[in-house]
Amino acid sequence: MTPSQPAAGAVRAAHASPLTVDARGVSLTFHTRDGAVEALADVNLQISDGDFVSFIGPSGCGKTTLMRVIADLERPTKGTILVNGVSAEEARLKRQYGYIFQAPALYPWRTIERNVMLPLEIMGYPAGERRERMQRYLKLVNLSGFERKFPWQLSGGMQQRASIARALSFDPALLLMDEPFGALDEIVRDHLNEQLLRLWDQTGKTVVFVTHSIPEAVFLSTKIVVMSPRPGRIIDIIPCDFPRDRTLEIRETPEFIKIAQRVRSGLRSGHSYDE
Amino acid sequence: MTNSAVALPRANWRPTAWVGEHAPIFTVVAVLFVVWYLAAFLMNAPQVRDAFARNEVKYTFSELVAGTMEAKRPVVPAPHQVAIELYDSIFGYPLNSPRNLAYHAWVTLSATVVGFAIGAIFGILLAILIVHLRTLEKSLLPWIICSQMVPILAIAPIIIVVFGAIGIRGLFPKSIISAYLCFFPVAIGMVKGLTSPDPIQLDLMRTWSANKLQVLRKLRWPASIPFLFASLKVSVTISLVGAIVAELPTGAQAGIGARLLSGSYYGQTVQIWAALVCAAVIATVLIAMIDAIAKLTARHMGAAT
Amino acid sequence: MSARLQAIGFWVAAAGLLVALALPLSSQAAAAFTSRTGLLVALVAAAAAFALASWRTPVSTVFGLVGTALGCAVTVMLLQDPAIAGYASWGYWLMVLAIWLGAILASTRLADLSAADQVTRWLRDLSIPLLFGVFLIYLWEVTVRGFGVSPVLMPAPTSTALRLAQSLPTLGEDFMQTFVRSVLAGYAIGCGTGFIVAVVAYRYDFLKRGLLPLGNFVSALPVVGIAPIMVMWFGFDWQSKAAVVAVMCFFPMLVNTLAGLAVAGPMERDLMRSYGARPLQTLLKLNLPAAMPFIFNALKINSTLALIGAIVAEFFGTPLRGIGFRISIEVARMSLDMVWAEIALAAVAGMAFYGIVALAERAVTSWHPSYRK
Repeated sequence: MTPSQPAAGAVRAAHASPLTVDARGVSLTFHTRDGAVEALADVNLQISDGDFVSFIGPSGCGKTTLMRVIADLERPTKGTILVNGVSAEEARLKRQYGYIFQAPALYPWRTIERNVMLPLEIMGYPAGERRERMQRYLKLVNLSGFERKFPWQLSGGMQQRASIARALSFDPALLLMDEPFGALDEIVRDHLNEQLLRLWDQTGKTVVFVTHSIPEAVFLSTKIVVMSPRPGRIIDIIPCDFPRDRTLEIRETPEFIKIAQRVRSGLRSGHSYDE
Repeated sequence: MTNSAVALPRANWRPTAWVGEHAPIFTVVAVLFVVWYLAAFLMNAPQVRDAFARNEVKYTFSELVAGTMEAKRPVVPAPHQVAIELYDSIFGYPLNSPRNLAYHAWVTLSATVVGFAIGAIFGILLAILIVHLRTLEKSLLPWIICSQMVPILAIAPIIIVVFGAIGIRGLFPKSIISAYLCFFPVAIGMVKGLTSPDPIQLDLMRTWSANKLQVLRKLRWPASIPFLFASLKVSVTISLVGAIVAELPTGAQAGIGARLLSGSYYGQTVQIWAALVCAAVIATVLIAMIDAIAKLTARHMGAAT
Repeated sequence: MSARLQAIGFWVAAAGLLVALALPLSSQAAAAFTSRTGLLVALVAAAAAFALASWRTPVSTVFGLVGTALGCAVTVMLLQDPAIAGYASWGYWLMVLAIWLGAILASTRLADLSAADQVTRWLRDLSIPLLFGVFLIYLWEVTVRGFGVSPVLMPAPTSTALRLAQSLPTLGEDFMQTFVRSVLAGYAIGCGTGFIVAVVAYRYDFLKRGLLPLGNFVSALPVVGIAPIMVMWFGFDWQSKAAVVAVMCFFPMLVNTLAGLAVAGPMERDLMRSYGARPLQTLLKLNLPAAMPFIFNALKINSTLALIGAIVAEFFGTPLRGIGFRISIEVARMSLDMVWAEIALAAVAGMAFYGIVALAERAVTSWHPSYRK
């Protein structure tokens, strides 16, 4: 992604709290036909401003649920959660985060440019600014020239980049990314990981990232949250202090391998073998 | 199409849950009945009031209400009037009497079923031809679609007249109209169904160098069965509509359509409503039967139920 | 069909035309071909064109079509002879059959032509059904006039066309009554209320769960049956027809719109929630656009239902005009050419109506996968 002015979040400046996410004793129980499922049990997590935090764990460990709680797409049954110092709902209504799903979730009836402008329309930006921002962020994700295409005319990786531009368009200080590159092949994925890191470095945003992949988590994060299922809980939080402008080459360094091993052993200890 | 209650395994069936799930339907139906009674009162009140006034009788409100519920030629008959008329006209006369509604229902039903059978078979054959012949797909399919833009019911009188002229009367011309109406959904649905197998499965057939007939019998036909039943459900109603409408323009003596027509000539509102309810019941029963066959077939073909 | 078989077919068609020259044209004493030089030349030319069409190149498709056109022209011209019309015999029918065979082969050729660009492909796909339709009318014409079918049973297309041209004012009046007043009004009311009720019901889950099964149930009933009731309530004029049409259109629209509004995926809905969108914004930006294919499906279904409803309602009483009324009285008078003229009018109106809705659908839902090439 080409360098662009890092649009430092105006929202962020307004909130002096150093913690972007502050979850205390968060529990969430789903009631299904087969009985109650404890998706999250007593989760405590603090994410500082400018962090890149990855949630990693096997299926059903609640990593996506935790992210959805942060986004106020789910309400916890117990505990409190603050986002930028206010409740998750207030943060959502103030449009303080951008959410990126596993799938691009572009609207098929809108062209790429109108997809990127969608949140801006909802948030009531004037037409001129919508267009200007759309062009800026499409350029940032290297999609200039594809404005008039419909989503299906783009490859999977391009579609996901468009959805990132859409999430960035209203300049939230917090990006919530739920396995955004899970459906892509490894080559595209490596490439997008590098671009994402550069973007994070330039804009100084806080990123919360859900993944299945250990190398991806170690490569991207400043902090890795290892989770375990039944009930969904945090079993380890691993700091990961490579320089912010890291490149793919660090994956061969001993430090990288050491952290990856710690993540793996954490996953193993939390993972019951009864499945 | 699938109702979630049906999809549930039987073991989980609980009466309270069933009631809870269907409460909205009961509520809406109940509201409809209330509205129906209200409408019967409001719409019939003027004529009842006039009748009282003509006879210079003083009347109370409850007498007015009673009058609207019992009117001989109501604008809107009350539900119980329709129910009584239905009961009387089915059980009040011998089965072969032209005053028995069941007799008329049978006349229409037989034309419906024959027409439905002809239409379904014709639709299936047409779909098989279209799927296998490119020229037919290109030349015929657009006209089949156009043929449905033509209000085909307009042709009904002609068909009756033409068949009548060559001495064919009664059930068959009506069935032809039904068939003409109902072959379309079957043909379209079957074209979709016969072309529904994955390219992979077709390629597999190719690797075994199966001939066209084998591909049709072993792959295309089984794959099209769900589409077939979905279209049959649509066409059976259309077939019934065709049979009823075919009875209108020629002033047929028997059948639901004839009942509607004579009811409308002589202002027998209750008779019209009863005939309508009867038609609705026939449609429901026919659809339920097709549904049951579809379920049995699906189970036979190993579908998860 | 293999190219070899096609070539043989064309030769058979050519031979058939030539053999027909030797057979009697009519069971009456009609002049032979030798005294009709122009037609003789045209027929031999048609046979030659069929022979040339057997040649395996794309150009030969043109020969096939030319041969068919010439053959059709000759056979229609022959019917002008009163000694042939109604008394056509072996020679004549062999000609028609040979032309028929040639037409089938030529259209097969046409369908198999590969089209490089969009415009040619579009032309090809449009011309095949058109030629098919024209040929069907030709067959109808020669069958009716060649066998001398009584016009009371089945009028020839030419006499229907003549009648149509002569009765334009009547047809125009009927069109106004049935189509413009009854159908359009009822269609607009029925579709409009169905849509509004669906949007309201979508907001209230209880209402939706009650209305959806009911709507599905009523959609499957023969709703046209309410026509006599509506005629009683709203009188003989267009209002009663519009009422029938409105009721018929209401339920498909309700059911389809409800299904369409529910089609937006959970991820798309979460996205709107993450933007803190108001319910109205979610409806306008997400649910309604996603529902458009379903809404247009209902609009298309209703466009055919509406005409049927209006015409049927006219059987129960009209103010002496309207397509359904005219058909029923002309059938009684046995003037079937007028009936067919009315049917042609209804067909053209119906197709145009459907076509406009389909074009609007294309414009609005061009993003939908079914339009991808």
